[in-house]
Amino acid sequence: MTPVMPSDFDPRNAEPEDFISPGLPVDEANTTGRLPIGDPEQIPDPAEVEVPEDLREQIQQVVDKYPDKDHKGSPKSAAIPVLWIVQRRYGWCTPAGIVQAACVMQVTPAYLESVASFYDLLRTSPQGEHQVLVCTNLACWMRGGDQLLDSFCEKTGADREAAGHGGSLSEDGNILVSGFECLGACDLAPMASVDERYFGPLENGDASTIVDQLEAGEEVLPEKALEKRGLAGGVAESTDPRVTEGKGPNR
Amino acid sequence: MIEETRVLLRHAEDPKMATLAGYESYGGYEVLKKALKEIEPEWIVNELEDSGLRGRGGAGFSMGKKVSFLPHTDDAKYLCCNADESEPGAFKDRELMQRNPHQLIEGIIISSFAAGIGHAFIFIRGEYDDQADILDRAVEEAYEAGYLGTNILGSGFSLELVVHRGAGAYICGEETALLDALEGKRGNPRLKPPFPAVQGLYGGPTLINNVETLSNVSHIVANGADWFKSFGTEQSPGTKVVSVSGCVKRPGNYEVELGVSLRDLIYGLAGGPLEGHEITAFYPGGSSSPVLTPAEMDLPYSFEAMADAGSMLGSGSIIVADDSVSIPRMALRTAHFYRHESCGKCTPCREGTNWTEKMLERVCTGEATPMDLDIISSVQDNIMGHCLCVLGDAMAMPVSSMVNKFRDEFEETIAEEASKAWSGSLDGLTESPGRDEPGGEEPGPGGVSPEHVRRQRLAGRGVPAGEDV
Repeated sequence: MTPVMPSDFDPRNAEPEDFISPGLPVDEANTTGRLPIGDPEQIPDPAEVEVPEDLREQIQQVVDKYPDKDHKGSPKSAAIPVLWIVQRRYGWCTPAGIVQAACVMQVTPAYLESVASFYDLLRTSPQGEHQVLVCTNLACWMRGGDQLLDSFCEKTGADREAAGHGGSLSEDGNILVSGFECLGACDLAPMASVDERYFGPLENGDASTIVDQLEAGEEVLPEKALEKRGLAGGVAESTDPRVTEGKGPNR
Repeated sequence: MIEETRVLLRHAEDPKMATLAGYESYGGYEVLKKALKEIEPEWIVNELEDSGLRGRGGAGFSMGKKVSFLPHTDDAKYLCCNADESEPGAFKDRELMQRNPHQLIEGIIISSFAAGIGHAFIFIRGEYDDQADILDRAVEEAYEAGYLGTNILGSGFSLELVVHRGAGAYICGEETALLDALEGKRGNPRLKPPFPAVQGLYGGPTLINNVETLSNVSHIVANGADWFKSFGTEQSPGTKVVSVSGCVKRPGNYEVELGVSLRDLIYGLAGGPLEGHEITAFYPGGSSSPVLTPAEMDLPYSFEAMADAGSMLGSGSIIVADDSVSIPRMALRTAHFYRHESCGKCTPCREGTNWTEKMLERVCTGEATPMDLDIISSVQDNIMGHCLCVLGDAMAMPVSSMVNKFRDEFEETIAEEASKAWSGSLDGLTESPGRDEPGGEEPGPGGVSPEHVRRQRLAGRGVPAGEDV
């Protein structure tokens, strides 16, 4: 059904819930489904919004790190780190979390939502306890990245079509499986980022092992972790006198 | 057999290099101490300019010149280290930050000292969570040791350094979009001029350099410009960490002198193509560079030789494709990436990447005609140079190079896929529903929906007759 704007819709007299469908189309992918605070959107009033004390401190600490804290108006530099804090605390950028952050930073929640919806790693919908990002860009694709994503979807029951377009949750809602653009680890191709740590090169069968390990709360494939890898060229001591007699660091 | 020339990656296999004590045991921070006590900032700027160090992030602009562009005023100046390495095929900064974070921090402090900068940032991509943690620890160690903060080592020079994590957007690697992201906005590029060196972060003069460029600084200050120029070629001095990936036996980062031959890099260090395969094409400088063919394998790997060959060295990332890779599908993958990452600010890029992807999809499903290839080429011509930043160009260059150099393969793919579609519709001996007719999503011949058939063809897997979906 195509949403149709009611002919008698007057935004000036409308109640907040009238802004949500059926009258207006809502882009589910890019909205937190929050009702706007007034029209135009207002900066939340600290007297009305309850912010957990530790969250307030954490946010304030980050805001203070940036030189624009002394600038006129609202300092905004901390927007991305603050949204990271919200996401780490609530699991994703929840509407309530965004309002709390906006209240501490003294910006409108809509502003923070506009930032959150721009970046791929900030999620404006639930993303489960664990995140598996499978690289499907050039180098990984050549070495079987698509098939690796297939295996993850098969194992978790995530929808393959949706996983290739922004991510899909597993059947129990615990694991987010998402195809992703280049993660900067083409030497591990095909690879995946599991809870923000890189693993590769993976075989299709590894997908099922990783999911089992995540569900059992075990360490994921320790022997395929990026930090276990040495340099591609191995240990090589240079014999070039320009290098060995250099006066800089790395002597 | 070619050997690596490890300057930046020397001793990098030693895990203690990632700690302050380990770095200092290999002579770390000695140059900084000497510079703050004995060396004039102007000397450092001159030396950087003389050394001919070219930016390692992609554009290859002289780093010393960039520093000298900063106005000599008392205004607040900023340094941003660009660690938003998102170019497909590039992973050298990840290795440098993970194994030797203090080398980067020392380079940042010395550059800031030379240019009179009081605030520095490392903008690291959000996906590099592990590396950002390593940098956080290293910065903390440097603060504790008195290399950062107010009145560093009693010299009167002060510097604050903040590690800023991005959140997943390729466009933030573009310098002005990076500034927007640092100011807490959506990462959209800005109009240039004014260039960031004049008006950048918070409107102040800003120096933006890549991780590898800044990592070179302490080596140049310690050994002098002539030492640096003894590596590499005249126009591309120094060593370069090259990321080789794709269809090769030993993908990884290799540090070599600029000017070694591509054959030495791809066949020598990276081990050449996988068993039983042959190389058909490769990107010499990340996914944004026009592809080269094996005929150009003996060229020296330097900024000037790559430019003469009609491509570019870019960030120094070689992605190798072999005969198992379909070039039209590789073009589609490339276009898909840029369509996804286009910020949408400029029309030629937003629409151009979108339609190029759609046209290439048609090529890969056999719905295109050879005339569409000309249209693809003309769309690329109309993107180049018409946007605020080079993201659109970064798609246009490789895609048009593939269409030009591998036109036969594109035409073959169209013909092949079109004939498959034809025979597919005979399999079920029923009429396949047309694209525009209702019921287009209903199972077609053999119980397979046309959409499924299309997806399978795009993935290059063909359509098994009668597959159950």
